[in-house]
Amino acid sequence: MNFPLLLIVIFVFSQAAYWLGYKKAFFSAGEKGPVHLHSRPQYYGTLTVLWCVIPPLFILVAWSVFSETVLTGLALKTMSEYTGNLSPDEISLLKSDLRNIVSGRFIPPAADAALLEAADHYRHMRDIGRQGLSALALASMILGTIIVLVRIRPGMRARNHVEKMISITLITCSTIAIFTTVGIVLSVLFESILFFQQVPVTEFLFGLKWSPQMAIRADQVAASGSFGAVPVFAGTVMISTIAMLVAAPLGLMSAIYLSDYADRKFRAAVKPLLEILAGVPTVVYGFFAALTVAPVIRQFGESLGLSVSSESALAAGLVMGIMIIPFVMSISDDVINAVPQALRDGSYALGATKSETIKKVIIPAALPGIVGGMLLAVSRAIGETMIVVMAAGLSANLTANPLQAVTTVTVQIVTLLVGDQEFDSPKTLAAFALGLLLFVVTLILNIIALYIVRKYREQYE
Amino acid sequence: MNKMVRMEDNPVSREDRRTVGKPFSGSPRMICRNVNVFYGDKQAIQEVSIDIGRNEVLAMIGPSGCGKSTFLRCLNRMNDTIDNCRVTGEIRLDDMDIYDRKVDVVPLRARIGMVFQKPNPFPKSIYDNVAYGPKIHGLASTRRELDEIVETSLTKAGLWDEVKERLAQPGTGLSGGQQQRLCIARAIAVSPEVILMDEPCSALDPIATATIEELINELRTQYTIVIVTHNMQQAARVSQRTAYFHLGDLIEVGSTKRIFTNPIHPLTEDYITGRFG
Repeated sequence: MNFPLLLIVIFVFSQAAYWLGYKKAFFSAGEKGPVHLHSRPQYYGTLTVLWCVIPPLFILVAWSVFSETVLTGLALKTMSEYTGNLSPDEISLLKSDLRNIVSGRFIPPAADAALLEAADHYRHMRDIGRQGLSALALASMILGTIIVLVRIRPGMRARNHVEKMISITLITCSTIAIFTTVGIVLSVLFESILFFQQVPVTEFLFGLKWSPQMAIRADQVAASGSFGAVPVFAGTVMISTIAMLVAAPLGLMSAIYLSDYADRKFRAAVKPLLEILAGVPTVVYGFFAALTVAPVIRQFGESLGLSVSSESALAAGLVMGIMIIPFVMSISDDVINAVPQALRDGSYALGATKSETIKKVIIPAALPGIVGGMLLAVSRAIGETMIVVMAAGLSANLTANPLQAVTTVTVQIVTLLVGDQEFDSPKTLAAFALGLLLFVVTLILNIIALYIVRKYREQYE
Repeated sequence: MNKMVRMEDNPVSREDRRTVGKPFSGSPRMICRNVNVFYGDKQAIQEVSIDIGRNEVLAMIGPSGCGKSTFLRCLNRMNDTIDNCRVTGEIRLDDMDIYDRKVDVVPLRARIGMVFQKPNPFPKSIYDNVAYGPKIHGLASTRRELDEIVETSLTKAGLWDEVKERLAQPGTGLSGGQQQRLCIARAIAVSPEVILMDEPCSALDPIATATIEELINELRTQYTIVIVTHNMQQAARVSQRTAYFHLGDLIEVGSTKRIFTNPIHPLTEDYITGRFG
């Protein structure tokens, strides 16, 4: 039985199981009627469906996850006289050859009889496995259904069982995101460890020169490369700072205007418009920065007699600031609106003006939340790539002059990983080290932000 | 005596919504004439005329939604903060028409303080809560003067002894009754002439309520106080005059004693005897 058909059978049977469970509960209640049951009859039906569906699905998932590994191992065992004295690399090559033969994608020209035989063995085992799998899945389905049906009695706590299973499902869903994060951290971490085996941590963290050019082939003439991350992080800090210098005042002021000055109609029209800014793809901001803002800045700078490079930190920072205005504004607006009206009334009743009330009561009360919003915006600015690639350039200058080209961590990661790369070269692995460091930095910022926001929430609730 | 008045006049009918009793005062601090309040198209207050006398506590009672809080908020133009609220008629503080275009609400509200239903101390220290008003109005030029204002205000509000050791702690950390007294101290600190209180004890327990009521009694010597309350015993205990509102109409005004012992209007009687409310 093939896979889709099996699923259809399970689905159809589950409908029958629902009906069976429902009816069994209904009849087990006897003359007193379904009111006498511990739970509503639907719960007995649902419980039967769950026990009918979960065991076969579990078996199917287990098969699709583990079958290939197990089958490959079994197939290789048939040619153990060959594999006995091979290195791990050669064995993994052999494995991929085997898989290619089995799937019929292509047959390696050098494939010998033993390998073909192993592939035959693999297919044979796989067919047996699949048939057994169908039988096993269907058997578990029927068995699960019968067990539940037998146990249905008026006093059975079907609702509690169903709710328990629902809560387990919900827990699983919520942990998937956590496990994904852990997985990302681990994958970046392992590659970073490989990098730090070749480049000392201290050089990476404190080195002042970033020039990740390595000789890829032995005969290539190239610098040996230097991996000091300071210029790259300095670029990130500079561009993020410029962005926040733009976004923080503009965002905060517009939030104050919208929440306390604007009338309701204006607010209803303008807030969504400002939030559209958040929906503009960053690559669009990028060419706006590169093609419109950067030339304007250069012309302006040259008219003042300054030398401005055509790709400047200032252009990227300004446009990035515009991009994150909606974040700052939206969060600040929410936080300012969350300040109770009673505090405003209290201040007005003392004869305070609107601006005094905002400056001395509302902003101090909302400050933790505003700071939290700002930190989230900083995280966003640090992680931004596209605008910087297009507007700030790629050269890792260690400079405090915003009119020069700089580069950021994310941009370097992109350039290091674009194109054909060797994954044991420090040049490539450096991307993971940068990613890890960036992750740690934004994680710390986010933790601080969430802590502040949470502390703020407790104040009014 | 009052019985005679009733026998002479025709008995007031339940449907008659004209104000009965004595709404006017010999030495008024505030004069309200033909005040109407609208929320959008809906009229919340109709043709209310009443005087608020010097150094008296005027209690405003009535069932929920009768407009007493709305009327209270007209007295210091707090209704200005509500978008679609419109007030017509005349309200005077001494000789000043407070709804005159030339009048700035900011100094007006400094003259007519307000205490709210729910204690609303700012999330600042106890000291800064009280010093807030004097600071924005520039009432103190030195730190010592400010300290003095804070101390006298807290003393008048009967809170000084409880908080003098912890002036730097947040005002939100006090108990409900203490918070409300802090709000009263905050209102007193800008030396208002009139203090409006919108159900100041409804969020407090009986002991804290008793403290606030005592405080109101003491404050009467220096300030004119208007208090909205749902608690008729409270109105009887703290006020000299009582005004009864019903569905946006001012039904009856008179001395508190008279209103509670011998109401003229049948609606007032129904309310204070607990027939509805």
